[in-house]
Amino acid sequence: MKTSHSFDGQFEFQGKAKTWSLVMIAIGVIGILGGFFTGNAERTFANLLLNGYYFTCVCICGIFFCAVQYVAQAGWSASILRIPQAFAKTLPIAAVVLLVIISAGLFFTHAGPNEEGKQTILPYLYKGWALKGVTTPGDPNYNAVIAGKSGYLNIPFFFIRLLIYLGSYSLIGRMLVKYSTNEDELGGMFNYNKSFNASVLFLLIFGFTVPLFAFDTIMSLEAHWFSTMFGWYNFAALWVSGLSVITLTIIILRENGYLEWVTEDHLHNLGQLMFGFSVFWTYLWFAQFLLTWYANLPEEAAYFYKRWEPQFKPWFWLNIIINFLTPLLVLMSRDSKRMVKVLKVACIILICGHWLDYFQMIMPGAVGPQAAWYNEIGLIEISAFIGFVGLFTFTMLTSLSKFKALAPKKHPLLEESLHHHI
Amino acid sequence: MSSTKYILGLFEDPDELMHGIDTLQKNSVPIYDVYTPMPIHGIERKLGIKDSRLGYAAFMFGCLGGTTIFSMAYYMLVQDWPMNIGGKPAFAIPDFIPITFEWTVLFTAFGMVATFFYATHLFPGRTPRVMDYRATDDRFVIAIDAKGNIPHDDITNLLKQAGAVEVKHNDRKYVSYE
Repeated sequence: MKTSHSFDGQFEFQGKAKTWSLVMIAIGVIGILGGFFTGNAERTFANLLLNGYYFTCVCICGIFFCAVQYVAQAGWSASILRIPQAFAKTLPIAAVVLLVIISAGLFFTHAGPNEEGKQTILPYLYKGWALKGVTTPGDPNYNAVIAGKSGYLNIPFFFIRLLIYLGSYSLIGRMLVKYSTNEDELGGMFNYNKSFNASVLFLLIFGFTVPLFAFDTIMSLEAHWFSTMFGWYNFAALWVSGLSVITLTIIILRENGYLEWVTEDHLHNLGQLMFGFSVFWTYLWFAQFLLTWYANLPEEAAYFYKRWEPQFKPWFWLNIIINFLTPLLVLMSRDSKRMVKVLKVACIILICGHWLDYFQMIMPGAVGPQAAWYNEIGLIEISAFIGFVGLFTFTMLTSLSKFKALAPKKHPLLEESLHHHI
Repeated sequence: MSSTKYILGLFEDPDELMHGIDTLQKNSVPIYDVYTPMPIHGIERKLGIKDSRLGYAAFMFGCLGGTTIFSMAYYMLVQDWPMNIGGKPAFAIPDFIPITFEWTVLFTAFGMVATFFYATHLFPGRTPRVMDYRATDDRFVIAIDAKGNIPHDDITNLLKQAGAVEVKHNDRKYVSYE
């Protein structure tokens, strides 16, 4: 075992990684343009929203990971903190992408049936509450239930809220990165203590606003329906998928000769978190499902009714199998968490699984069923996802390559992390 | 012939203990066991101790708990006394899941504790097996089976050289057994 490491090696973003991420972005752009030009604009907008939300959530997870480690004063993770910090640095880009998608979806309109089946002009996204006249009594689009919610669900307040969430997360993420890079120069406890305070503040804000972020961005696609579990269910998805992306990034960087100080013990810890929070995700998924199923109130059951249509039912069940049974069976034993290849496969499965999770949250409400269940995931879905994977890889690795050291080399708990052993 | 059954080397410091283990292993003296007042990272690998099988026990207890309550619920609510609750079918699987989950956790937790107590002789009412009382307080103890490991004086010297503060020649294996 090496006893000393040089942390000054910078990540160089070039070669295959750069080419392939650009190729993936190109595939995504072609797929999205293809979606628009083949008359599937509504479906393409829903895909953009799905991937934009996923991208933003993964970046938020980087900040959340850092904040949890600082608040818990965890030692084991000190040497891998640069990876979630790179995610945190990418958040402003992800936030802008998401806001552009949402504004475009709200302001571009098309002709289609409203809830009563009358032809009208609908926005591409959030047609449940954002269509014109929905709150005006006497208008053919008037809907008393939605009008009752318009104090909260109206376009200006919606944007103000999104700006507050994404702005405050980005700001604190930036602060955490800044303190950590200052620490590299100065050393001492000063920046660590500041990071601790910023993390406490972040967790406080995040805890209150992340359910609202999920309510606004995803749940309001079906504006009649509501579930108080939905926010925490989305948070669990954010945390599991974010952890999988962090772990996968670390594994791939390690395979390419970076982060040689990261051992199986660090990966074991990340695997444990992925395993544990997959079970937590299932717990919340089931809590939401059981209560709705048991009470069987029409306004609540409508949500699951749509997902039990033959076009969505296979995906609905596949979601639970991928996101619960796979981590349960693959990641339960100690050995499999320590085998890098197994962990890598588990990460990829979970990343795709949570895409499917978001897919079945968004599509039934935003687009509605296609001809058959195998038409649900087509070229638009796949190419848009590939495009956003490329976009994330490109932006995240660009942020990572700007760090002068790949570990916070004067972090007070770095030595503990280098000797981490479980 | 000497009546010594076990030779104990008492160390004051975990690093010296590790050094003592190295010295004994270099001289091909088999170590019976090591007792420390706190966990020491990496000591299992050094002594070649196999991974604990407690996890397998936990898994089996979990399966047992889940199966037990699922069968019980099935018998009570479907076979013996089916009731119409909110128009749901008698065999309503989503209803069974919370209790199945709870019993799985309960059996796993209790089963693991019981297995651990059984395997380590810590079960209430049993006399714990202690080779040296100070290993539970402030001494790090290496125990060597005296039978076959002769001459004893050489082992004593090896332990002293490695930094043992005291070497004991015990006639009994467990001092806690009265």
